[in-house]
Amino acid sequence: MSGPPGVIIAGAAETDQLGRLPGYSTLQLHVEGALNAVADAGLSLRDIDGIATVSAPGPVQVAHALGITPSWIDGTGVGGTSFLLHVRHAAAAIRAGYARTVLITHGESGRSRVGASPFRLGASSPVGQFEVPYGVFGPTTTFTIPVLRYMKEYGLTHEQLAYVAVAQRRWAAKNPRAAFRDPVTVEDVLASRIVAYPFHLLECCLVTDGGGALVVTSADRAASFPKPAVHVLGTGESSETPMISQMADFTESLAFRLAGAAAFAEAGIGVADVDHLMIYDAFAHVPIYGLEALGFVAKGEAGPFIADGNTEPGGSLPLNTNGGGLSYTHTGMYGMFAITEGVRQLRGEAAAQAGSPQISVILGNGGMFATAGVLVLGRHPR
Amino acid sequence: MAAKPVPVPTPETQPFWDGCAAGELRIQRCAGCGRAYFYPRPVCPACGSRDVGWFTASGRATLYSYVINHRPAPGWEDETPYAIAVVQLEEGPRMMTSIVGLPATPEALELDMPLRVRFESRGDVTLPVFGPAAP
Repeated sequence: MSGPPGVIIAGAAETDQLGRLPGYSTLQLHVEGALNAVADAGLSLRDIDGIATVSAPGPVQVAHALGITPSWIDGTGVGGTSFLLHVRHAAAAIRAGYARTVLITHGESGRSRVGASPFRLGASSPVGQFEVPYGVFGPTTTFTIPVLRYMKEYGLTHEQLAYVAVAQRRWAAKNPRAAFRDPVTVEDVLASRIVAYPFHLLECCLVTDGGGALVVTSADRAASFPKPAVHVLGTGESSETPMISQMADFTESLAFRLAGAAAFAEAGIGVADVDHLMIYDAFAHVPIYGLEALGFVAKGEAGPFIADGNTEPGGSLPLNTNGGGLSYTHTGMYGMFAITEGVRQLRGEAAAQAGSPQISVILGNGGMFATAGVLVLGRHPR
Repeated sequence: MAAKPVPVPTPETQPFWDGCAAGELRIQRCAGCGRAYFYPRPVCPACGSRDVGWFTASGRATLYSYVINHRPAPGWEDETPYAIAVVQLEEGPRMMTSIVGLPATPEALELDMPLRVRFESRGDVTLPVFGPAAP
């Protein structure tokens, strides 16, 4: 076998429940996700020697709560895609011999805010000086700003934007764990209240409580776990800007494109090889930007591509098959849930199983087009 | 009602805020590659040169993109919905801003429409905002 030794996801799980969980602290969501993922891998906490998560509570707190004394720590915290970067960094650490079995955890009391850190944007930070004074109020007022430019330059219609939510609800309808499962129409989406024009409520993600975790280890152990191993075939990461106003081109994500190119190159695949796709969908336009950045369609074609039914059940490119952040769950840092769904699809155990995919691609977003991570996952080694 | 957020200048941004207080939109330009840039920082983001200086921009801009926010940030309750815009300065850089003197409606706010800077005081600083090009 050529190339560096392989790395697998041996365990992947979410918290028992998602949604509104006022009885769980942020830390407890990490703990439950971790215990479920370690059990999914058929391991015990004593087998874990590497830990990765975001602050807060951070890897030291999570490791200590679980009784883990790590030999490798990653606290990369660059928004909702951080867990994809953790997988990438863990793969490098495992290949380097720094760790053998890495636990990556996510937990967020995004809705109930139990044991959660307060949102803080320093008034002297660049964002605090040059964006916050203009009345921005969270992602609904910032992540959304580029889309009118995209609509003008590429002719994306309000109906096509709304259809992203319609398509994903069709997947969610098949998923008993999805928060929203009732079918919706374009008319329903456009009739929901305006949050920040041109975005309506149903074009914005949920805000939930929940967690999840992954166990990552070397591929030479692939046969020693109870579930089929999911091979990490390629990974990529990048960043563009911490301020949406400074995004180089409002019609495309540089970070998405660079992270995707790196992951596809490492995996040695092209878009035609991809059977299943997850694109972080904090808002309805993000899958449009993601499809184009990864090269599945040309610039300006993603809106019609989705509206023509290509990404919904029965379509050629199953996308966001758990229902996504728009219908499944969105704790604030959704990336973990995009990974766990990719793992389920490759194992053939998803609620809305999309055939027998061999290759699943996960695109994670952090901040407002600020950072990106991409994973190419496979049922088989390269 | 909470007060609107007031930016706190840092040493590298102080000349920008001093300019606003004087009614001038002062931004930076690289002496090496000639490119104007914003937000203030001591190195050119295009070429890495530290040979950068301040100049007064024309204040002319076009509307690059925006949202009309219906869920007020603290301090904005009485003027919701309101536009949060990104404008492109004549010199090239873009900045986030508020739109004044125009209704916060899609009909009134056409992308690429010409705009001109105004200044508004907020606490002990002065903010650049943009309104119609013709006074």
